[in-house]
Amino acid sequence: MSMSADTPADEQGIDPQLKARLRKAERFLKIRALLLVVPLMLFVLFTFVMPLAEMLYRSVHNPVLVEAMPEVARLMQEWDSQELPGEEIYAAVGKALVEARKEKTIGRIANRLNSEYSGMRSLLTGSARKLQRYKGDDYKNFMLQLDPDWGEAETWGAFKVLSSEYTLTHYLAAFDMQYDSKGKIVPQPEERQIYVDMLLKTLKLSLLVTVFCVLLGYPLAYYLSILPPSKSNLLMILVLLPFWTSLLVRTSSWIVMLQGQGVVNSVLLGLGVIGEPLDMMYNQIGTVVAMTHILLPFMILPTYSVMKSISPVYMRAARSLGATPAHAFMRVYFPQTVPGLSAGAILVFILSIGYYITPALVGGRTGQMISNLIAYHMQTSLNWGLGAALAGSLLVVVLVLYWIYNRLVGASQMKLG
Amino acid sequence: MSLPIHATALERVSYYGLRLFSALVLFFLIIPILVIIPLSFNAEPFFTFTEGMLRLEPEAYSLRWYRNIWESQEWMLSIKNSMIIGVCATLLAMTLGTLAALGLSQRHMPFKGAIMGLLISPMIVPVIISAASMYFFFTKVNLAQTYLGVIMAHAVLGIPFVIITVTATLVGFDDNLTKASASLGANPRTTFFKVTFPLIRPGVISGALFAFATSFDEVVVVLFVAGTDQRTIPREMWAGMREQLSPTILAVATLLIVLSVMLLLTVELLRRRSDRIRGVTE
Repeated sequence: MSMSADTPADEQGIDPQLKARLRKAERFLKIRALLLVVPLMLFVLFTFVMPLAEMLYRSVHNPVLVEAMPEVARLMQEWDSQELPGEEIYAAVGKALVEARKEKTIGRIANRLNSEYSGMRSLLTGSARKLQRYKGDDYKNFMLQLDPDWGEAETWGAFKVLSSEYTLTHYLAAFDMQYDSKGKIVPQPEERQIYVDMLLKTLKLSLLVTVFCVLLGYPLAYYLSILPPSKSNLLMILVLLPFWTSLLVRTSSWIVMLQGQGVVNSVLLGLGVIGEPLDMMYNQIGTVVAMTHILLPFMILPTYSVMKSISPVYMRAARSLGATPAHAFMRVYFPQTVPGLSAGAILVFILSIGYYITPALVGGRTGQMISNLIAYHMQTSLNWGLGAALAGSLLVVVLVLYWIYNRLVGASQMKLG
Repeated sequence: MSLPIHATALERVSYYGLRLFSALVLFFLIIPILVIIPLSFNAEPFFTFTEGMLRLEPEAYSLRWYRNIWESQEWMLSIKNSMIIGVCATLLAMTLGTLAALGLSQRHMPFKGAIMGLLISPMIVPVIISAASMYFFFTKVNLAQTYLGVIMAHAVLGIPFVIITVTATLVGFDDNLTKASASLGANPRTTFFKVTFPLIRPGVISGALFAFATSFDEVVVVLFVAGTDQRTIPREMWAGMREQLSPTILAVATLLIVLSVMLLLTVELLRRRSDRIRGVTE
């Protein structure tokens, strides 16, 4: 639309100055709305987004060799990975190792190289000690005599991988892959392939928990929705109380219930149902039972609130038109509950895929999930890059699911209690 | 709904089947909570009901595990820490979250969906990821192992709850009320405190209670970000459950259950009150 300030009035007879003032007023309202949100945005940015960004950066940032042996890193960048490196590189590595031993940075470099190719730690520390006294200038021959590993392609492959400051090695490792000595992506040796299995197990356990939550939650939500409000409000308390009860309280309760001499076993033994105690804890059963209990309210609440809003008239109409109860339920009632059902199921799946506390306490060795592995690398093995890459991969999965959830339900539609 | 008189046999069976099934699921939901309470009064250091307890002999019951809490310096410190961190994190989350919810519910707010998604994401991102990232970042900016660091981390985890509950009370908020107030000469400040806030107060309080419960129950962030000085109740429970399960934990758990009952009842009352004020009927 053409409009300029010098036209006194447009076709509709609206004063352009009035329009400008309206726009100005709306801009003011927009800015005011934004100003209300800005403090929280800054806070979330600082305490949540920046830490996450830094962790993702850590998963691809690979500074050890570049910082400690810049010259070696530079030369390795130029090396083409085809044949053994020349004298120049051997000399640079030899001198850098002696230097690193003096500066006491060798342990860090050796550890990092060792995570690329095992055996590097002893090769580096052992050679550095002997290189100290070497005064000649034929480093290549001397080092090859010191240890035949200096003639192995894998050794130099490890150096090559670490020579660039940014790398995907952690992500490759998180999916059981690595670079070979020629820089090609190949599967890890069989005994080091654990992460894909762990990811699949996490998905399997989360799926199981989700299925159990649907199977238990849907009929209960339906029953609650057809009760008169006075009764359903009362029974709802039984759903909301676990929802409000501390996660650790409920997990400890499941330990009490499921352990060898626990409540469930005692009852079953006392009733004569079983002859000896069942193994229900420190395995996948423990994880699935406890997590189903913990996440069930997240399934029931959205399903219930959708069912509550469905008028019974539709079912009556279907019945009066001759549909059998089962048919009416499947064709008329069920489709209307799908939004609540899918909201609850996706929420349960998202939450269970990242679960940490419950598997750590009741999962034993076999009931662990990917989060426990992330915690292990962050706290125990201190392989932070790998931990960050695992976390990054999990984050992607969760964010994709969250995006789907948002598309289907809308984050603002999330209901609590 | 009860069964009509003309219900067929099949309908009767499925209705009573549904009732039985629902009762079993409710039983599954509530039993772990009910089991803990009597066991916390066990006179013996066992996690199962003793013969004496089943026969209701008074000697089989005791308060010794509760005394243990009272007498233990670690537990008392953790209770104090949980209160300090919980209250501060709640105040922070409540203030920032309410302001943001007010902004988000305005018609003129740009990028509403994206901002909402971002602000709610701390609830969705697995807490192990948030905790590990906060650990590295907070170490860098000297917030690790400080009260302020734990409080900030807990506040950010509680914010989604405040946003969700306050936005819910603002849905259908009648803008004419603020306009009326303004036209009667009230400045924006007075309008907020005399008109807007009393109407959204139930949502703000239940959001705050959610945020408090989140902080009070949080352990992963504490494991990563807090030092020994900031050990909270869940942190002590976690240690106790990993090392050697002592019945003291059941006593603490029982106290936490009492607390959650109180929180639940308060939130329920607030929700009903809020619905009544806004004229929403069930």
